[in-house]
Amino acid sequence: MAMLRNITIGQYVPGDSWIHRLDPRTKILATMALIALLFLVQSFPGYGFAALYVLAAVYVSKLPPRYVIRGLRPLLVIIILTLTLHIFMTDGRVLWQWGFISITWEGLVRGAMMGTRLVLLVLGTSILTLTTSPIHLTDGIESLLKPGKPIGIPAHELAMMMTIALRFIPTLLEETEKIMKAQMARGADFESGNLLQRAKNLIPLLVPLFISAFRRADDLAVAMEARGYRGGEGRTKFRELQFAVRDGACLAGVTVFTVVVSVLF
Amino acid sequence: MADALIEFRNVNHIYGKGTQQEWDALIDVSVSIRPGEFVAVLGHNGSGKSTLAKHANALLLPSSGCVLVDGMDTRDEETVWDIRQRVGMVFQNPDNQLVATTVEEDVAFGPENLGVPSPEIRRRVDEALLAVDMLEYRLHSPHQLSGGQKQRVAIAGMIAMRPKCIVLDEPTAMLDPVGRQEVMQTVRRLNEEENITVLHITHYMDEAIFADRILVMESGRIALEGTPAQVFSQVDTLYKLQLDVPQMTALAHRLNKRGFSLPADTLTVDELVNQLCQ
Ligand SMILES: Nc1ncnc2c1ncn2[C@@H]1O[C@H](COP(=O)(O)OP(=O)(O)OP(=O)(O)O)[C@@H](O)[C@H]1O
Ligand SMILES: [Mg+2]
Repeated sequence: MAMLRNITIGQYVPGDSWIHRLDPRTKILATMALIALLFLVQSFPGYGFAALYVLAAVYVSKLPPRYVIRGLRPLLVIIILTLTLHIFMTDGRVLWQWGFISITWEGLVRGAMMGTRLVLLVLGTSILTLTTSPIHLTDGIESLLKPGKPIGIPAHELAMMMTIALRFIPTLLEETEKIMKAQMARGADFESGNLLQRAKNLIPLLVPLFISAFRRADDLAVAMEARGYRGGEGRTKFRELQFAVRDGACLAGVTVFTVVVSVLF
Repeated sequence: MADALIEFRNVNHIYGKGTQQEWDALIDVSVSIRPGEFVAVLGHNGSGKSTLAKHANALLLPSSGCVLVDGMDTRDEETVWDIRQRVGMVFQNPDNQLVATTVEEDVAFGPENLGVPSPEIRRRVDEALLAVDMLEYRLHSPHQLSGGQKQRVAIAGMIAMRPKCIVLDEPTAMLDPVGRQEVMQTVRRLNEEENITVLHITHYMDEAIFADRILVMESGRIALEGTPAQVFSQVDTLYKLQLDVPQMTALAHRLNKRGFSLPADTLTVDELVNQLCQ
């Protein structure tokens, strides 16, 4: 039953490239700059520059390109769907027609643009998650959200939730596997039948799993309280994030690049 | 007694007070734990051991009577956090008390809550992991560890808060024999070398024979109290309280019934061997 084993959370690939060593906040901001750029530019040269930005990042990160490309796989369906919709549904100069189906020049152009936009978006965010461990990502998000606290953004609580989720996902997966084996030993069948039947067969799996998850949550809350937890107030951090010179340089470069490209194209 | 670290004074605890199902989990419990002491608490299921333990760091408050930790009343909201820093607690399920995704982060959780500055946290984390012999695992994630190792990490999480006392609520109940031994060695070493007071709740009699003092609980009361030799020599009383006695004590008891005259407070294999060979 290896099916649950090969789910890894996050896809972090340890390394010590220049990008790996950047502060997580820098990487999150640079990714957001890419997203902004992709929505601001409206022409092929603009996408060309955005592609260059992503390629440069892949190169500097020293990640094997196939790792980065693998990030596209789960979104392949959405990308193809977007592409088809745009190609067939846009009015304009007809290039090819068969019955009521037609391909237009404008459709091709828009399809290509939307496709490129999506692909670059996914590649860009993959670089972020591939070069940043979940812990650092959490720290970065918490630190970036902290200024939003006066307007009610629960930065610390969100980070705590992410940490606990990351901590318990492997534990719960292990438990699921255990319960599944126990049920299978008693003749339960999780692998055949139609969709509805299979969903029904999952009930004896989900009920004990939920009960145990609530029990764990209860225990954990008591343990956290016993260890003096009382929310984010007055709490210090074990690892403090520190902007280095390279972070400043990177952010300055990214800002200039984003502004110039989006103004010009 | 002024020199007690934790003092229970006529503590009663009623679960579900004011409802249909009131349950007296502690009845008039008075006991004091002295600094540096190793106290074991025995008692069968539902006798109130966990309830007692949770009173030691204000996770539960007495329905009447009071609990003093280092002179501070646990009912005083001002000092709750000082009390929780002084009295650490390790629970039964090793999986449900680790919070963070790596061992060192988890050990840092307590000091972070106390507001310790971060270079100092680093020092405390390394120190605490060294004390439980888990330093080499500091970057592992909790689910990669064995049960015994997880419990040692949980203990390190307490040590890093620099407590005076650690309360362990059946920390070995879900472990295999190797894990049990690891945890017990760690706890005993902390007690002997670091002079940390230990309140150890257990079902295993052979973990209690190392204690300075044993409390036996029965239906919310302390039924027996004394040194291991004093408590375990009352074999018949213990059986009546649905408790076992250490294997060697039981063996000596049975041999005595067959005409031997061995001392009733025989606890370990060595003691029994010595007495038989005399
Ligand atoms: N939250 C609760 N609400 C109501 N009753 C409770 C609650 N917790 C415990 N009790 C009851 O109080 C009594 C003492 O419980 P406690 O958990 O202290 O026993 P214990 O000696 O730790 O038992 P075990 O060996 O099973 O851990 C039990 O009869 C239990 O049913
Ligand atoms: Mg208990």
